[in-house]
Amino acid sequence: MSSSTPHAATGATDAEAAEGRVYTAGGEDWDEIVAAAQSEDFESGERMVINMGPQHPSTHGVLRLVLTLEGETVAEVRPAIGYLHTGIEKNMEYRTWTQGVTFCTRADYLMPIFNETAYCLAVERLLGIEDKVPERAQIIRVLLMEINRISSHLGGIAPMGLELGATTIYTQGARWRERTLDLLELITGLRMNHAFIRPGGVSQDLPPGALDAIRAFLDSSQPLVRRLHALIDANPIFVGRNKGIAYLDLQGCMALGVTGPILRATGLPWDLRKAQPYCGYETYDFEVPTVDTCDAYGRYLLRMNEIDESMKIMGQCVDRLAARGAGGPEKDPVMIRDAKIGWPAALSLGPDGLGPSPEHIAHIMGQSMEALIHHFKIITEGFRVPAGQAYAAIESPRGELGAHVVSDGDTRPYRVHLRDPSFTHLQSVAAMCEGGMVADLIPAIASLDPVMGGVDR
Amino acid sequence: MSEPEQPPKASAEETHGSEAPQGPRVGSGEQAQSDEAAGGGADGDLPVRLGQERLNAPVVRTGMFGIHGTPDTSGFGLLRVHRAPLLDSPRPYGSYFDVVADALGRALQADGLGFSDAIEHVVVDRGELTFYVRRERLPQVATKLRDDPELRFELCTGVSGVHYPEEVGRELHAVYHMLSITHNRRVRLEVSVPDADPHVPSLVGVYPTCNWHERETWDFFGIIFDGHPSLTRIEMPDDWKGHPQRKDYPLGGIPVEYRGARIPPPEDRRHYS
Repeated sequence: MSSSTPHAATGATDAEAAEGRVYTAGGEDWDEIVAAAQSEDFESGERMVINMGPQHPSTHGVLRLVLTLEGETVAEVRPAIGYLHTGIEKNMEYRTWTQGVTFCTRADYLMPIFNETAYCLAVERLLGIEDKVPERAQIIRVLLMEINRISSHLGGIAPMGLELGATTIYTQGARWRERTLDLLELITGLRMNHAFIRPGGVSQDLPPGALDAIRAFLDSSQPLVRRLHALIDANPIFVGRNKGIAYLDLQGCMALGVTGPILRATGLPWDLRKAQPYCGYETYDFEVPTVDTCDAYGRYLLRMNEIDESMKIMGQCVDRLAARGAGGPEKDPVMIRDAKIGWPAALSLGPDGLGPSPEHIAHIMGQSMEALIHHFKIITEGFRVPAGQAYAAIESPRGELGAHVVSDGDTRPYRVHLRDPSFTHLQSVAAMCEGGMVADLIPAIASLDPVMGGVDR
Repeated sequence: MSEPEQPPKASAEETHGSEAPQGPRVGSGEQAQSDEAAGGGADGDLPVRLGQERLNAPVVRTGMFGIHGTPDTSGFGLLRVHRAPLLDSPRPYGSYFDVVADALGRALQADGLGFSDAIEHVVVDRGELTFYVRRERLPQVATKLRDDPELRFELCTGVSGVHYPEEVGRELHAVYHMLSITHNRRVRLEVSVPDADPHVPSLVGVYPTCNWHERETWDFFGIIFDGHPSLTRIEMPDDWKGHPQRKDYPLGGIPVEYRGARIPPPEDRRHYS
């Protein structure tokens, strides 16, 4: 078959002999493929193998799906990943324990706070300081995680609409999500890649006005929740495209290692915040919502319900922080009181960016030689972590996020492995979609809410 | 500016963490012996005995502040830091660990296997239970962990690798984390294989979720999972050479310019450990 257009080209003759006819479609130039599919020598029942991605707007990043189609039915789907592999785990072996936070936060970039917390909890277990992390730091961690859970869930729900062509769902969701990012920016200074949670606590206390901003967010979110529910819940197109789609029951979830909203959408109330509490989650009052539909629509509803629960937890964090009053390195610290582990300097914002506070600089440069030595040592070399290994798992917006951290007693991690839920969940695409229509693939993947940064790391 | 990554020769016997120490392991036999000595002798021997035990322990580090093979006038260069290796943890393990170990022992016995036929040793460290499994018994142990009503580890959260080049004969470790939702328990399985024969039986038949995780561990460490349906690279390109997460694989990187200064790649930078 010869090519007459510059965009479409036939494959190599070798491939033709070995695999059948090969077409390459670029842009919107599908004429040749359509013509071939309509031609008489395209027997009915012949299979078509199509590469969906790695550049495809509905694949949440650089995900490539190799589809084998029989007409419009998906006979086989194989996800191919690795396009966003950045060697985060390897890089962490070459930095200090504290610097590792700046790497793992970039893994799943929609839930940076969770990556940081999982890693820090594992490091703290290795150090044996789990009980010594100040309570104020734990409350701030919970607060940030719940803000991040809302932003991540909205980052899952909004594109669910967009990928079905419903831009209004996207813009409404993204608008609300923007407010959560504003909160994160106010508290950590950045919308993503925060590197805010550190081994031993958090890098800074909340800035002035943060509690008021969170209260304002919580108060003004109710209309947004109602609006999103009203827009989506009974939307005939959204319901039609999502109900009964991407079915995965409890047995399938167990076999495929699927956790998080997908597991809870089968009716099992499994949430690590309740089952194996960390950061003091056992002291907060919240529910674990479930639905029992096992489908994409159920996962949407579940995420919306989880947003409500997250806001409940946020409210409790704000109340606790308000009751504690203003913090301070002496009175109510946010970093462990252990000079051999905790970051030595209180950070403050200067004209040239964030750095050690002027008081700390005056102390080390003008008053204490020992303090200067200590500062130099702990910032260049970092702290040592006793040899051993630890696995810390937390309930991320997507499911169980585990950090397997190994130390050989050095100032740098010997090995860090992030057990990312997106990576595990993408495996289940075949179980959910094979035998279904190709159009259902899009809502199925959207309901998994995979983030390729976490998948490929 | 670059400093050699390799540890000094003096610390070649260093061990890593909770991994089995190489060289003569101070096993349960020796432990019992010293217990006897303690029981028979006066308490006055205790400091001497403890001191000797510490000196017998492997050296984890020599020198301080990253002194690597250079003449050192501070005196710290001769410092030898010993660390007692983590051994077979003695019973009782505490928490739910005894229940799990007993149940696994019973389940294996039903197959005519003794506990030690399948499990090399057990380590309880930092509130986590690790079974070091003999590799040929891995699928059997995993099946028991999944199916036995007293164990019911329904969920495998995947496998990752760790490379310990210093542990001759057991360089590559595959580490599995299991979760039981029924009993709300966790357990870790660890399998170690020599670099020269990096074969581990695949667990895809027991836990299908291990499929991608095993591919990733093959990709990054070169551990071959026998019986995997299609053990191909998953993160690196198909034609990639080498296994990047191994310790003998360099980080790579190029120097970059930042504000007029030339910053070498991370592995060529000076480090202080």
